[in-house]
Amino acid sequence: MSCEVKVSKEFESKVDETITHYPVSKRSASLPLLHLWQEEFGYVSNQGVEWIAAKLDLQPINVYELVTFYPMFREQPAGKIQFRVCRTLSCALAGGYELFDHLKKNCKIEGDGHHGPAVSPEGKYSIEFVECLASCGTGPVLMVNDDFYEQVSNDKANELVKKYG
Amino acid sequence: MAIAETRLIFKHIDSPGYTNDIDCYLKNGGYSTLRKAITMKTAEIITEVKTSGLRGRGGAGFPTGVKWGFIDPTKNTKPVYLICNADESEPGTFKDRQIIHKDPHQLIEGMIISCFANNVKLAYLYIRGEFPEGAKILERACNEARAKNFLGKNILGTGYDLEIYIHRGAGAYICGEETGLIESLEGKRAYPRIKPPYFPAVLGLYMSPTIVNNVETLCNIIHVLQMGGANFAKLGKPNNTGTRVLCVSGDVVKPGYYEFEVGALTLGQLIYEVCGGIKNGKKLKAIIPGGSSAKVLKAGERYKIKQKQADGTMIDVDLALEDIPMDFDTMAAVGSMAGSGGVIVMDETRSMPECLANISEFYAHESCGQCTPCREGSLWMKKITTRIRDGKATVEDVGVLKNVADNIAGRTICAFGEACSWPVQSFVTKFKEEFETVAGNGAKK
Ligand SMILES: Cc1cc2nc3c(=O)[nH]c(=O)nc-3n(C[C@H](O)[C@H](O)[C@H](O)COP(=O)(O)O)c2cc1C
Ligand code: SF4
Ligand code: FES
Repeated sequence: MSCEVKVSKEFESKVDETITHYPVSKRSASLPLLHLWQEEFGYVSNQGVEWIAAKLDLQPINVYELVTFYPMFREQPAGKIQFRVCRTLSCALAGGYELFDHLKKNCKIEGDGHHGPAVSPEGKYSIEFVECLASCGTGPVLMVNDDFYEQVSNDKANELVKKYG
Repeated sequence: MAIAETRLIFKHIDSPGYTNDIDCYLKNGGYSTLRKAITMKTAEIITEVKTSGLRGRGGAGFPTGVKWGFIDPTKNTKPVYLICNADESEPGTFKDRQIIHKDPHQLIEGMIISCFANNVKLAYLYIRGEFPEGAKILERACNEARAKNFLGKNILGTGYDLEIYIHRGAGAYICGEETGLIESLEGKRAYPRIKPPYFPAVLGLYMSPTIVNNVETLCNIIHVLQMGGANFAKLGKPNNTGTRVLCVSGDVVKPGYYEFEVGALTLGQLIYEVCGGIKNGKKLKAIIPGGSSAKVLKAGERYKIKQKQADGTMIDVDLALEDIPMDFDTMAAVGSMAGSGGVIVMDETRSMPECLANISEFYAHESCGQCTPCREGSLWMKKITTRIRDGKATVEDVGVLKNVADNIAGRTICAFGEACSWPVQSFVTKFKEEFETVAGNGAKK
């Protein structure tokens, strides 16, 4: 097992601080560490899995099985600008599917994007359908990276593409 | 608007000038209930919660005081943990997000009091991964509370220590199920645990007694103590006390979140008076009354149920859909559930096969995969509903679909089995003709 990946001091100290939140069992820090890793490196690589496992005294499989279970973790990079459009009923009634198709066209993204990001050719944008984002009264809703937007019309979507592009 | 809201939990939310920092919360009387609580005996607090009749707002409606009472402080030797369930992912539900974003200290105060009452020293707030901003807001709120000594070591000089940590999920709905949540918090896949024990209060996080409560439930604890359990119990109806935040979405003029005493208004009043009726002058077709797993109610349906009178006697009543009061017991009596308070409204132009296909795709994606009936069944329900929606099925497929659903519920580890099959059973039974027509004739969606 090789863990040659270099992480910054700053990153490691964030990791160490996070582990202190789980005085009873370090293993509990798996999900938070995966989040930190993905924020830092954009996706969770094999090296990431091994690094986290070593940090928490776990087998890599204990960490890897989380990556494959939890939809938010990725094994490949997504676009620099990530759209996550709510797919579920209330948003669908309010035009979520139309919004999704509009954005896909606008960002020239091929591919399906049903659960799991579809990335534009140059890697700038990615789009994916996600399930209910708990804002069903103001659909259709989406997230751009970590930011959240409600009642997103096609015009508003165009503005967002400009704003983040 | 004809019926006035009773805003307890949402009292400050959206009021002009109200901000989510601790100064604003303190100016509005925040943390005064914590100051009162720490002067009480823990058993007294639990008694107040029992007296209040408060039922959990996460979906199952289990009495909070009873849940807390499962832990006997005279016998238990293990540490007790408390987890706030902020996974809010039942489609149609959007109240906890509002509390987290706009009044986080109400939640933190409610949590601290609940922890104090149950002698909890370490608590986690499990928030869904898709709320990154909410998690930051809560982190800040905890730091502010720590700086004022409402949290941390020797809280307000009482000698009581408590730490609360924010823990983010990562996009899996099943983490809302309390034992799945606990597994997830232990750093594992969120596989719900085999019951018994039925309650994490018996065996939960790290094999210790653990209380899991919803965001809105924990906020309610403040109000129970503020007004006293007996006064709280006067709000709403017997066995259905307090207020409830109802989230309305779909085809109404004014979707949104509204807080009423439990059962204070009917479904008809909610939709036609509070929410301004159906959008674009259309007629009602169907309502999902308590999150997407609740059984659908069909416009024009009537329900013959037994209703408890004020004097305790039971009488037979015949209710129209519009006359159903929004409380736990009546919603159950008409064959659905009040669930998470998420009301989804569909107008006459909506295709029921299309709506059900949407819901079934959700459940197929979210099944954790442990139990064969749920893992396989939810996938087949998605495939068949999609086929029906696209007019590529046969009339017989409608029966097959119902049969699949009938063979999931009651045969699984967790209540997700019911959650995914109830919509299918109810849609297919109540809109049978539409399903059969669409299935066979190649109709476009
Ligand atoms: C499939 C499934 C999903 C659930 N999702 C949530 C949720 O997102 N939020 C929540 O508070 N409770 C959810 N629950 C209910 C919890 O298991 C648990 O009953 C609740 O958090 C207890 O809190 P309460 O007593 O305050 O309601 C879910 C239950 C099931 C079976
Ligand atoms: S019922 Fe479904 S979600 Fe629940 S444990 Fe079984 S497979 Fe998992
Ligand atoms: S259905 Fe889109 S936020 Fe709930």
